Amino acid sequence: MSTLPILSIIIFLPFLGVLLLSIINSSSENGQRNLKQTALWVTCLNFIVSIILLINFDKSNPDFQFVEKYYWLSSGISYHLGIDGISILLIILTTFLMPFCILASFESIKTSLKEYLIAFLILETLMIGVFCSLDLVLFYLFFEGGLIPMFLIIGIWGGERRVYSTFKFFLYTLAGSVLMLLAIIAIYMKTGTTDITYLLNYDLEPSLQYIFWLAFFASFAVKIPMWPVHTWLPDAHVEAPTAGSVILAGVLLKMAGYGFIRFSLGMFPIASSYFAPFIFTLSIIAIIYASLVALVQKDMKKLIAYSSVAHMGFVTLGIFTFSLQGIEGAMIQMISHGIVSAALFLCVGVVYDRIHTREIDRYGGLVNRMPIYAFAFMVFIMGSIGLPGTSGFVGEFLVLMSLFSINTYFAVFATTGVVLAAAYSLWLYRKVIFGSLIKDDLQDIMDLTYREMIILFPLVFLTIFFGFYPQPLIDIMEPSTTQLISNIADDLTLVMPSTIERGVY
Amino acid sequence: MSIFIPIIPEFFIFLSAVTLLVVGLFVKNIKLIINLSILALLIAIVLVFIQSIQTVFNNSLVIDEFSKVIKLLILMGSLSAIVMYHSSRKDLNIDLFEFPILILLATIGMMIMVSANDLIAIFIGLELQSLTLYVLAALNRNHLSSSEAGLKYFLLGALSSGLLLFGLSYIYGFTGNTNLNLISTTVTSGNIGLIIGIVFVCSGIAFKVSAVPFHMWTPDVYEGAPTPVTAFFALAPKVAALALAVRFLVVGFGDISFDWQQIIIFLSLASMIFAAFAAIAQKNIKRLMAYSSIGHVGYALIGLACGTAQGISSLIIYLTIYLAMNIGVFAFILSMKNKGDYFENISDLAGLYKTHPYYSLLITIFMFSLAGIPPLAGFFGKFYIFIAAIESNLMLLAIVGILASVISAFYYLRVIKVIYFDENKNSFEGFNSRSLNILINPSAFLILAFCVYPVPLIAISNYAASSFF
Repeated sequence: MSTLPILSIIIFLPFLGVLLLSIINSSSENGQRNLKQTALWVTCLNFIVSIILLINFDKSNPDFQFVEKYYWLSSGISYHLGIDGISILLIILTTFLMPFCILASFESIKTSLKEYLIAFLILETLMIGVFCSLDLVLFYLFFEGGLIPMFLIIGIWGGERRVYSTFKFFLYTLAGSVLMLLAIIAIYMKTGTTDITYLLNYDLEPSLQYIFWLAFFASFAVKIPMWPVHTWLPDAHVEAPTAGSVILAGVLLKMAGYGFIRFSLGMFPIASSYFAPFIFTLSIIAIIYASLVALVQKDMKKLIAYSSVAHMGFVTLGIFTFSLQGIEGAMIQMISHGIVSAALFLCVGVVYDRIHTREIDRYGGLVNRMPIYAFAFMVFIMGSIGLPGTSGFVGEFLVLMSLFSINTYFAVFATTGVVLAAAYSLWLYRKVIFGSLIKDDLQDIMDLTYREMIILFPLVFLTIFFGFYPQPLIDIMEPSTTQLISNIADDLTLVMPSTIERGVY
Repeated sequence: MSIFIPIIPEFFIFLSAVTLLVVGLFVKNIKLIINLSILALLIAIVLVFIQSIQTVFNNSLVIDEFSKVIKLLILMGSLSAIVMYHSSRKDLNIDLFEFPILILLATIGMMIMVSANDLIAIFIGLELQSLTLYVLAALNRNHLSSSEAGLKYFLLGALSSGLLLFGLSYIYGFTGNTNLNLISTTVTSGNIGLIIGIVFVCSGIAFKVSAVPFHMWTPDVYEGAPTPVTAFFALAPKVAALALAVRFLVVGFGDISFDWQQIIIFLSLASMIFAAFAAIAQKNIKRLMAYSSIGHVGYALIGLACGTAQGISSLIIYLTIYLAMNIGVFAFILSMKNKGDYFENISDLAGLYKTHPYYSLLITIFMFSLAGIPPLAGFFGKFYIFIAAIESNLMLLAIVGILASVISAFYYLRVIKVIYFDENKNSFEGFNSRSLNILINPSAFLILAFCVYPVPLIAISNYAASSFF
């Protein structure tokens, strides 16, 4: 297996799918079906390849594996790929969610199906590339390139205010990222390379670390998103087509979380520890504020979007605790959020396809006509709340526990977010599912079709499975996380002992 | 005759132009003239390739790596302009055999500008180019806006040539030399007379490359001139004038770069910021491209402001990519035609992707590339420029430049928005033109392929920049 460039295969397999799609004649009924089948099979195949990757992955090895390196722009900037225990989980999350996105679009996309599928496959290529890159410039290329297909997906197939939302999404994220580009160039000037494996072991002087950290922070904070630069997310989510929301919540937000772990923590540990209280404050504001805003939403997707902001607040909290539990908790929270919120958006998509509205008030009493749907929706709502026994609980619990050992006050405030999450989630569930079925257009609404069951039930299973048994996830990421933390601890004690006192430790 | 051997590409184009002028008088076959001038340019490209590196005419013309690379870019630009003219001459009512010949003459001027190593040669090259450009702008003489464009360009262009000549005379007066190499041995920092001279020359050059605050003519001339002429303006003369500025400043005044650096920095900052905001309100796509070109000149000037090998090399990468993008976009603009009428408003593109999905995709690629979004070539152009800027500690330029690129992304995105998100209005038949496809497809290919295999262009630009350092 070691000779085969398996990472390049995973990255560019969807791109091959694009070439295949572009030669299919889409005018006839048959052609439309061929398009759907091809896209579905390509994404499934990619998922299988990523499973092969997982099987061959050496869990005990904390370093980067499956490394590929070729000359690209200069001797310092190369095409360098590799994965460790942190990135492989996110790659599998991506390849796992893609077939569901394609499946979920079969009925809901009426116009320009071919272009839609092409945009999604290009997006998959770029997303996987982000998690595989071991070179900053390559990372930036994939990170920013994702804007192009997403801009078109929201803009062409989105809802009524799609133009406003997609411009906001594009310009917000671009503005955040360009500063990171300058920082990358400055790092290149300083060290002569943008190789991540080299930079992770390179001790930058603290004064530079602060500047670079802020530049990277600008990019990731917009993307993850943190308060107060989160406002693009509700708009983008509401207007995006269902599958677009799924990818946005499921994977695109994770890129920023991954960026925080890999770059902010790995390359600028001193600055990270210096700015940790700042991150905690912003995260806690985000958790409480977004939860409160979610309570008053009239639109289902907007409510879930704000809950995403709150959940990602837990991720940033966990990452900047610098503890094994905290970072693992953040990772599990990311994966759980990737499954749960993606599933919630799919659930909204199910009823949206039937009634064509996302307004909470237009629904009520769905349990009478759609019992299976009500069950699936319930599991995801519980996952979103973080009920013990669902995957959402594990992540939040680990994060809160490690936060508690650092600072009790922060932990107390963050925990109120869990209570508020229960409030808005249960409120949503009650309004939509319970009550009596009195609305006219809901009288003959149909329960889940087989296609929709195939989409939702694997996610139901995973939500519960990881809730009871998160060990497989921890096994994979533990060695890499441990190594990361010991590196940070070395840097903090060796270079500037005083920061530890000033910082969070 | 043997003294002309070293400048054989220029000499060959000159002979072809004169011959074609005579032929054109007697043979009323414009297509033949066009084909022959294309052939002449192709041969000139080969001749530039095989030219040996040397200095001629008492060191007043230099043939070095830099001039060879830039000349190739200029020849590509001229070639594209003639092809664009061929595709549109009938519908635009400018079926004149003089057009390709004027382009040839302008090309000679530009090639002299690129090679000029002497104040007098600089001025001769510049004027040879400018005079033909004035005529080209007014070529559609039955059309009011074209005549206006020509007149406006002539008046302001003559003024700027005057400024430039005035500056050159100052420099001659304070150094006693016209040769750039000799000038560089006598210059001293802080010489006020010399600085006045440099300021005037830089203003003249800024006018030719349409850098803010000498840009006022650009939108009107771009809009008024026939589209193939506009395309030509956006392609070759900018490259030539920037190359002229590089040689003039780096060779002549490389030792006192501190004295002129701030002028270039100012021009660059003003161009980037102004273009980013001014383009937002544009409705005409040619005006939009005018402001876009102002902005791009701002980025290219960053490379010049660095004045280092990395800076010049990044400037050449940037110019090459800029050329590819503009060839594509202008060929696309010329394709926006239906039943002999040309459309120039951005809103005319509404819903284009329903009728022409392939060309919509291509213009999307061009627009994202102009906006500098990875993984397209436009991103790498900016990337290398910023590398040079940060290497030279020009942090302000880098930060303002990158923020301006975010603002300018807005107006490029607006074009894509109209194409993809708005309802259909027109359908264009111009996309069937074979000659335009020859331009659009390869430039789109280059923009896409650069990220996969960037090595050749980087090597070429390093090779070109090596002639100064």
